[in-house]
Amino acid sequence: MVREKVGLPPFQALIDAHWRDVARLARAMAGQDGDDVAQRAWEKAYAAYPTLTSAKNLRSWLLTITARCATDVHRARKPQRPLDEAPPVAVDGPEAAAWPDPDLWRAVNELPERQRFAITLKYVGDLDHHGVAAALDTTPAASRRLVSDALATLRTKLGVHDD
Amino acid sequence: MTDLESRLNRLDTPGLRPPVLPDADVAYTLHDTPIGTLLLAVAGGRVVASSFGDEETMTTRLARAVSPRVLRQPRPLDDVRRQLDEYLSGVRRAFDVEVDLVLATPFQRLVLNDLPTHTSYGATTTYGAVASDIDKPKAARAVGTALGANPVCVVLPCHRVVGANGALTGYAGGLDAKRFLLNLEAKS
Repeated sequence: MVREKVGLPPFQALIDAHWRDVARLARAMAGQDGDDVAQRAWEKAYAAYPTLTSAKNLRSWLLTITARCATDVHRARKPQRPLDEAPPVAVDGPEAAAWPDPDLWRAVNELPERQRFAITLKYVGDLDHHGVAAALDTTPAASRRLVSDALATLRTKLGVHDD
Repeated sequence: MTDLESRLNRLDTPGLRPPVLPDADVAYTLHDTPIGTLLLAVAGGRVVASSFGDEETMTTRLARAVSPRVLRQPRPLDDVRRQLDEYLSGVRRAFDVEVDLVLATPFQRLVLNDLPTHTSYGATTTYGAVASDIDKPKAARAVGTALGANPVCVVLPCHRVVGANGALTGYAGGLDAKRFLLNLEAKS
């Protein structure tokens, strides 16, 4: 049987191993919508799981679904809440205390969307450029460029010179 | 990794919550009992596991045999847990649940399926007698192996089967567990 061949692990094992990473990534990408994004991503993953044809790279598969859900939410909210006016990451207001390193995340919020998503996937999601590229429907070379441009902007804004 | 990269990497916000998902294809829970921790699982309303096996091994077997959508969800197991607790405290003599031996081989199914009718509460029988019951009188040893692989322990009472000389011989949950169950049934 096909199912035997694929040998998918029990879904609970994926949750136990990755739910924190999915939740962190969702918050980094979607701010106060992050918890909804994470929940929606898990629902989508759960629905699609039995149809997977490979048990490889399940973590990166989950983070890709999370990134797509974050993008969807972001697009849906854009007209009412432009990025510049209301940063998705809650670095201001009552939730600010919950975010470590607010200077850094305020600067992250001000990056263009693709750059912001790319560095979030790369560092919060801990994906390599192939993984980032898959999540953003682009090439590893483009991912590398987005990440390095983002880091350059952040270094200038934060006055960091560490390389 | 540069300092800036590790600052990005360290994002950790409080109050993260695990996801809440719909009813699993296979729901399981770990249930502590006087004879040890049992992994209980149901699929499609039927009990598919009551096992002393470890969580990773059992859930992996269930994922392959039934569906990979296996989740730790205690609620669908409430009825089975209640019946087990009643049985283990001596107030229940038989289980009112449907069992599905998806984790068993065809021969194991033959041995295990009718165990509740081939044995009776408070009495023991032998591997040879069970072998005769299923019309394989020479298969006492194979019957012993099949009983040892029982995926639905306690509910399917493999503990009531002992050696021809009355020796307890073996049990997935250990001989102490087997002794506990036989004493419990003898007293109640």
